[in-house]
Amino acid sequence: MDPVLLVASIMVSATPILLAAIGEMVVEKAGVLNLGVEGMMITGAVIGFAAAVSSGSPVIGFLAAALGAAVLSLSFGFLTQYLLSNQVATGLGLTLVGLGLSALVGASFEGVRAPGLGKLWIPGLAEIPMIGPMFFRHDFMVYVSLLLVAAVWAFLKYTRAGLILRAVGEDHESAHALGYKVVRVRMAAIFFGGACAGLGGAYVSLVRVPQWTEGMTAGAGWIALAIVVFASWRPLGVLIGAYLFGGVTVLQLNLQAAGANVPVELLSMSPYLITILVLVIISARGVHGAPGSLGRSFHASA
Amino acid sequence: MKRRTLLASAALGLALAGAPAFAQDVPKIGFVYVGPVNDGGWSQHHHEAAVKMKEHFGDAIEMIEQESVPEGADAERVLTQMALSGADLIFTTSFGYMDPTINVAAKFPDVKFEHATGYKTAENVSAYSARFYEGRAITGYLAGAMTKSNKIGYIGSFPIPEVIRGINSSFLHAKKANPDVEMSVVWLSTWFDPAKEADATQALLDQGVDVVLAHTDSTAPLSVLEKAGAYGFGQAADMYDYAPEPRLSSIIDEWAPYYIDRVQAVIDGTWESHNSWQGIGDGMVGIGEITGPVPEDVKATAEQMKADIASGAYHPFTGPINKQDGSAWLAEGEVADDGVLAGMDFYVEGLTAEIPN
Repeated sequence: MDPVLLVASIMVSATPILLAAIGEMVVEKAGVLNLGVEGMMITGAVIGFAAAVSSGSPVIGFLAAALGAAVLSLSFGFLTQYLLSNQVATGLGLTLVGLGLSALVGASFEGVRAPGLGKLWIPGLAEIPMIGPMFFRHDFMVYVSLLLVAAVWAFLKYTRAGLILRAVGEDHESAHALGYKVVRVRMAAIFFGGACAGLGGAYVSLVRVPQWTEGMTAGAGWIALAIVVFASWRPLGVLIGAYLFGGVTVLQLNLQAAGANVPVELLSMSPYLITILVLVIISARGVHGAPGSLGRSFHASA
Repeated sequence: MKRRTLLASAALGLALAGAPAFAQDVPKIGFVYVGPVNDGGWSQHHHEAAVKMKEHFGDAIEMIEQESVPEGADAERVLTQMALSGADLIFTTSFGYMDPTINVAAKFPDVKFEHATGYKTAENVSAYSARFYEGRAITGYLAGAMTKSNKIGYIGSFPIPEVIRGINSSFLHAKKANPDVEMSVVWLSTWFDPAKEADATQALLDQGVDVVLAHTDSTAPLSVLEKAGAYGFGQAADMYDYAPEPRLSSIIDEWAPYYIDRVQAVIDGTWESHNSWQGIGDGMVGIGEITGPVPEDVKATAEQMKADIASGAYHPFTGPINKQDGSAWLAEGEVADDGVLAGMDFYVEGLTAEIPN
């Protein structure tokens, strides 16, 4: 088995869940639990595909996917932040709406082929033997996803706005007492999360498969939700989690293709076992890492 | 309105809605699909055959369809619902519906069922399937002839006899074209998951495979093969959108004549439970046009093979064939019997992987 090709495949396979997970992490850091990631991803997949086919440009496809999924997520934001609906139920509803809506919009795009996305060789670095083909010969979205993780990390750790977002997620009463606009911050976070999920979905339909078929994200959104928990709400953890989950999928397929007799089922469930293990460890340590106000509705008069 | 009056009027409404259906007495034919009806493969082909059947009979029958029904407990619920809504004949079009079909059929002795690709039958349950392995012999031969790396790949769904027959038949005939050929098998535990099918195709390509045979339902493998400049085949449907390359040929399921035949039997009152297994000769398995850079002599051999299988002059499982462990299965000139084929759970000699449990 060629490690160079394996690592390159893992990076492609992990990118959609990395994008969706980093967006969802920001949403949850703001104290909102949006279970509609799968619905936003599939919406992004169909809108991105449709826009890329119509315009002939994958870049426009990605932009449209981010915008479309973000707008859809605002419906979740409006229901949960202004009408104070239950976040779990609304999130699940968002997934169902997304799956149905995408099937409707995508019906006329079945069997159509998407414009290809070229590889972007990083000058200099791409020429390094081994390392170059592994890490520096991908399409631009792979780099965008990595830059996004770095940007989110820096934003939460070093900026004032990041601090406010974390404060809103930890204790919305106190943040409100300090004069921060809790609902507005949360709406912005939800919008960002939707855009990221849309990008992740478009990556599946434009690069990884590349075609549109109904239900094609096939549970990637739920994996993204698991990754956020696995990461204990840390950007670096999200990165590791996404590459671990993506890596195991690719690895088990490659091991099979190479003819190794491995228990495929065990390997497939290993990331979930690790997630449970991580949860046990962090709860045994007493620090669970979840934002204090996660999933709780906020109303100023309360 | 009080709840009781509401219920009463609902019941009345149901009775009224049900009455005309009985009065018309038009046979009601149901179809259940495992994927969406626009998957480009298996389910779409069943659906199109169903539509052809409906066009053939026009208003003489009524048709109901249900798509994307998961195999398992959900299937039983859907089938029960269909039987309750007055269906006379229900086609259940995926292997995993076998036990649900048998269970529901036992509860509705007056409703007739037709289950695709299984092996269990009952008084009111028929099994019907196509001899896809006949088609796989031809695509396998083409794969063996077209590989440059001597490595071909097979994307399997579930390790059931239907798929194992396909793997064995493909491999035996790839070897006829190219004695050095090796075959990698990847199992996905799904019939339809484009992302996973694409990843599996990529994994096979990463291992040096340059021709891939898929036993899953979407066109995702062909999409990936096209990007990589490798070859593949249409599965269940012609998938001619991907011709001339990467699609070299295809195995096409022709269900419509069978559906028309069976519905006619219900109308005539001559329907009886049977176990039907038809191949290229009966027209249930079609071979798509051979396209792409296939050399003339390979094409001629493949077409001759198709003609011989259709006429019965050649059986894809003709000895000498050994099992994977080297023990003899078929002696020189011996032909596999249907019983062994129907329950096939072993690889032939030369395949290196193991069948998962």
